Amino acid sequence: MTNILLIIFAITLLYFSIANRLMTYLSILSFQGVLLMLVALLELHDMNVLNFAFIILETLIVKAIVLPLFIRYVIKKNKIKREAEPFVPYFVSLLVTTMIIVLTFVLSNLIEAVHLNKIYFVTALSALFCGLFLIVTRKKIITHVICYVLIENGVFILSLAVGNEMPLLVNLGVLLDVFVSVFLLGIFINKVGNVINDGDVNQLSSLKD
Amino acid sequence: MTVIAYFVISLVLALLLFANKNKSLNNAMVALFVVLQCAFTYMSFMAKGENLLYFKMDSLGLLLLLVLTIVSIPALFHRYDYIYAETETPRTRGIYYGAMVLLVMALSMAYLSSHIAVTWIFVEITTLSASALVYHRRSAGSIEATWKYIFVCSISLVFVFIGILFLSIALGSVAETNLTYDSLTQIAPKLDTFWLKLAFVFIFSGYTAKFGLVPMYTAGIDAKDKAPTPAAGLFSSVLMNVGFVGVFRFYQILTHTQVQSWASHVMIISAVLSIFVATVYLLKVKNVKRMLAYSSIEHMGVVALGLAAGGIGYYAAILHLVLHTFAKSSLFMQIGHLYMVFKTKDIYQIGNYFTYNTPGAVFLLLAFVCVTAMPPSGLFVSEFLVFKSLFAANYIYVLVPVLIMLTFIIWALGKNIFKMLFTPVDGFDASNITKPSCVETVSQYILLLLTVYLGICPPDFFVNLINEAVQLLTL
Repeated sequence: MTNILLIIFAITLLYFSIANRLMTYLSILSFQGVLLMLVALLELHDMNVLNFAFIILETLIVKAIVLPLFIRYVIKKNKIKREAEPFVPYFVSLLVTTMIIVLTFVLSNLIEAVHLNKIYFVTALSALFCGLFLIVTRKKIITHVICYVLIENGVFILSLAVGNEMPLLVNLGVLLDVFVSVFLLGIFINKVGNVINDGDVNQLSSLKD
Repeated sequence: MTVIAYFVISLVLALLLFANKNKSLNNAMVALFVVLQCAFTYMSFMAKGENLLYFKMDSLGLLLLLVLTIVSIPALFHRYDYIYAETETPRTRGIYYGAMVLLVMALSMAYLSSHIAVTWIFVEITTLSASALVYHRRSAGSIEATWKYIFVCSISLVFVFIGILFLSIALGSVAETNLTYDSLTQIAPKLDTFWLKLAFVFIFSGYTAKFGLVPMYTAGIDAKDKAPTPAAGLFSSVLMNVGFVGVFRFYQILTHTQVQSWASHVMIISAVLSIFVATVYLLKVKNVKRMLAYSSIEHMGVVALGLAAGGIGYYAAILHLVLHTFAKSSLFMQIGHLYMVFKTKDIYQIGNYFTYNTPGAVFLLLAFVCVTAMPPSGLFVSEFLVFKSLFAANYIYVLVPVLIMLTFIIWALGKNIFKMLFTPVDGFDASNITKPSCVETVSQYILLLLTVYLGICPPDFFVNLINEAVQLLTL
């Protein structure tokens, strides 16, 4: 069951690479939040009840509902255009994302990991590299934030892989999630939106040598 | 207990500073924090070697804590509104001092922490407080710098976190263990080497955002350019030390495994690339703060080379780090004075500084000698030892290009600094120059003197601290 959920997660990455509206990104993010909640529900059986409930609620409320809604609010407030505006064609994005998934899959088969379910490793690393790739190839600043959240989702999967032995690390991942995302978005996007109207990365290139 | 008390009191002080609007109350609270910081440093030295919850008073942490305390006193008492003083309001002052207090607190805790995840949390807090400082001027440029800084640092911290996760996979089924550095060091030989290597790559590249090495050094440059000068002084000295601590503690685990030589090679590659990048940019840089920021990148490259070479290199790396902290922070504070006189950071519009502010100009000249590691600068001693260790470890093919690049750096820095000191510029209106405070200049001289003193005739107490820190790697 977990495997199926994680494979669906990997498929959402492909969808991410061809989506051309910001709102589609947000729907994918909240769908991923639900997937992560289900994975956590199935996997973290050795954890104490309070901690378990906290993590389930965090993934469901923060990842699936609050963050997408919040980003949506920021988009509306700053009147950001709804297209993603990539630097490269969608077809190339799709190709690269597929390559990333295939390569991490091959890489994971080269290693011998006794203690690790490899599918976690593949999904998490794919999410990380796809996130980095999308950050580099999308024009808008808000898509950078969205892709950062995508990377965090990947990291959360990896932390679930060791969650039963090291519950502390899962909590830390959650901390990173809430703290940084809210900080990045809440304090900053408002200011960036006020000063730099269209939220385009080209306007962030005055500091250089 | 002392650690928790220190943490809570500084947090409360930072919050009060944020909220407070009264100037004299503000100064009183900053003074109170300085007293608290000194008291905490003293208490930590008294409790040397003890384990307190997630913190351990070990020699490396104590040494860097002492350095931080010394540097933070002038940094907190320096003026931060050198230019555009009219745009400063009680609110911006509150945010500035609150963020400074938070930054110093988070740095102290990160130095002393004995748990890999706790270090990570406090490094995260340094990012948050530092970004408030970068944002201080609220211009389009500082927004850009803050955005880049937060974004790159957040990605880097995600990298560190992934590294920690890989480390915990490496632990696998190795009995009951926690993630404190001590217990990790003990079980290090039993860990799976593949996952350790992967963990090192991620943790190292994550911490380079603070340490100031290739690949993640970029955001730090913009941050140092845009932050008020005393804060920039902290960024390019004690904040870089926290990256060093992160790398050092993990490297300490690796020295007990077979991965060590592999990890040193990774560090050497990163260090040489950093020195290369610093050389290229120093040759064309036009902004005086960015020039100093690139010079810090070069020095951190030398530190990483020392750490990677081993032998006497360990000692030299720590010595270089400490001396660089004093030299670079004082130099940044002097740039504040320079900025106050000329109201610009553009090297082409600064000139003939000797006429306008002689004590500051003499300082700049001496600091140039210090920072380019010419005798009698202490940095000469440490840099010489780093090169010696590289030679001894058969890295001569690394040493030769590095020396050539350092020569270029000396030339580039010399060209710019001598231009600022002696060559007059056209169209500079010298009628309404604000005179910098002489107490501040004296404090800069003191920091510079420390660089010379600690390098030439280091006191026993100082040498012992470094040697004990080195023993963490070799025992």
